[in-house]
Amino acid sequence: MKEIRAAEIGAEGIGKSFGSFAALTDVSLTIGRGEFLTLLGPSGSGKTTFLMILAGFEAATCGRLRLDGADMTHTPAEARAFGMVFQGYALFPHMTVEENIAFPLKVQRRSGAEVKRRVAEMVEMVGLGGHGHKRPSGLSGGQQQRVALARALAYDPPVLLLDEPFSALDKNLRGQMQDEVRRLHRDLGTTFVFVTHDQTEALALSSRVAIFNHGVLQQIAPPKEVYERPANRFVAEFLGTINILPLTGVTSGSDGASGVFEGQTLRMAASLGAPTATFALRPEYMALHAGALPDRNSIPATLVDLTYQGAETQLALKTPGGVGLTLSQPTAALPGSLAPGAQVWVTWFADRGIFL
Amino acid sequence: MPSLSRPTLLIVPLMGFMVLTYVVPFLGVAAWSVTLPEPGLGQYQAALTDPLVLSVFLRTFRVCLVVTVITVGASYMVTLLWVRGTRMQRVLIEMCILIPFWISVLTRAFGWLALLSTKGILNTWAQNLGFLAEPLTMVRNEFGVVVGMVHFLIPFAAFPLASAMRAVDERALLAARGMGAGRTRVFAQVFVPMTAPGILGAGLVVFVFALGFFVTPAILGGGRSVMAAELIYLRIFQSPNWGLGAAISVILMVTVGGLLAVMMRRARPAAPR
Repeated sequence: MKEIRAAEIGAEGIGKSFGSFAALTDVSLTIGRGEFLTLLGPSGSGKTTFLMILAGFEAATCGRLRLDGADMTHTPAEARAFGMVFQGYALFPHMTVEENIAFPLKVQRRSGAEVKRRVAEMVEMVGLGGHGHKRPSGLSGGQQQRVALARALAYDPPVLLLDEPFSALDKNLRGQMQDEVRRLHRDLGTTFVFVTHDQTEALALSSRVAIFNHGVLQQIAPPKEVYERPANRFVAEFLGTINILPLTGVTSGSDGASGVFEGQTLRMAASLGAPTATFALRPEYMALHAGALPDRNSIPATLVDLTYQGAETQLALKTPGGVGLTLSQPTAALPGSLAPGAQVWVTWFADRGIFL
Repeated sequence: MPSLSRPTLLIVPLMGFMVLTYVVPFLGVAAWSVTLPEPGLGQYQAALTDPLVLSVFLRTFRVCLVVTVITVGASYMVTLLWVRGTRMQRVLIEMCILIPFWISVLTRAFGWLALLSTKGILNTWAQNLGFLAEPLTMVRNEFGVVVGMVHFLIPFAAFPLASAMRAVDERALLAARGMGAGRTRVFAQVFVPMTAPGILGAGLVVFVFALGFFVTPAILGGGRSVMAAELIYLRIFQSPNWGLGAAISVILMVTVGGLLAVMMRRARPAAPR
């Protein structure tokens, strides 16, 4: 294939205010060449504002942007020419699929023959062969989003920006489109910046995830790291259910830390980092047992509720001290007799969990 | 027999009113055209061979075409600012569109007369300030008619245009810019085509409306550039030839109907194929 035109983007101290409201505060990060970075956060967290600033549609109130090292803070959007894919597809309704894809190529004054060749190539690449002469209104939502992807990628943009592109699609279709985007990223090697509020999507797609809240960048790290080693409680809770255990009498030594939760002494491996009074653990790392196990951390609890979810069953429990716990267990591994009210022990290995 | 739902029943009085005040009288006029002064199609033959009638029709279509092009063009610019301008611009344009809308067509025609006539405000000022040696003839000709009609019709084009512009997906414009298209290209190749249905609709409304104009051409044309509606009036009220007047009415009506049908059909293929 042709040479890769992926670019590196640097943001230094980007801030954005709308009147007295600070939409973004001091965001600094580097998006590597060919990286797939996801901007994740609840609505109003500033992730979309940051994407709009990267695209050049919004001007940052302060801070600088660099493209491959060169300052692009004041470069207008049309000169940056990053590809854009939006949630509502944003196709040109008066143009056919082929005309839509040809638009950016014509903007770049490519020759007629090249436009034709490239359009045909892109139509094939996104699996829309035979639909080239249709208008967007004649296509399904998934097909329209494929056209939008093809159009944004047709001219080999240095960066592709995607603003919640699959939020409007149903679950199955969303999965297909995610696979599609991952494949395109792998095949093309372009730098992708993807905005979403769906943590599963973020974890599945990205090489790194940047998590925003209240306009502040909370953590930027690979999916496994943000999930398993969240930087703070917000990140821990935003990325999925997590159990929080308040500890007393925390001590640490060379072989790890220990602390007391409701009278039970818990041990934590040294790999979990510097101990604090807040210990957090994902539901899937805990297991149910009839009694305490000597080689693991064990705490007693009462089963409050079971939620059958097919392959998994979610269990709600309460400790004697009143702390709620959530467990996620493979349905096949649970005894059929388990019912609310049952007295059980919750166990986990000392190398699981994180101090917050 | 399909039963009528309640909402459908609610429009029955309106439909009855329309039939009583438009359809019945029009059928009466159509009847005159084939019965006065004697039964037959003689009046149609007379109308379509009379050089005066033909020249009036030709002028009517020419004036209406010019008026439509200018009105839709001017209205597009005004509406663009109305829909996408700053708050101040919006309020200003809203006032400029709505206030004339509330003033009688007669008042406005006389207003233009006061402004444009040989001894009118514009000519007097221009002469006093030394811009003009001789007064310009701006009324009692097609120029005056066009000015008056365009002014009257701009709001009628502005409403369909505004709704078309508001329906444009902002993100499509952003996407185009994001792909490297400058403002001119985004406007010409994305925004304008996306508002094309509104342009077509506005043009149709203005043209059909303009065909039936009576007061403005009568006053600002001053009897020199007679248009179809005025001709019908003259044939019925001044030279009492009701049959001929009726025949001209029917021809105008059929022309408008045919035009509407063609345009409506042309507006369809934008839908999915």
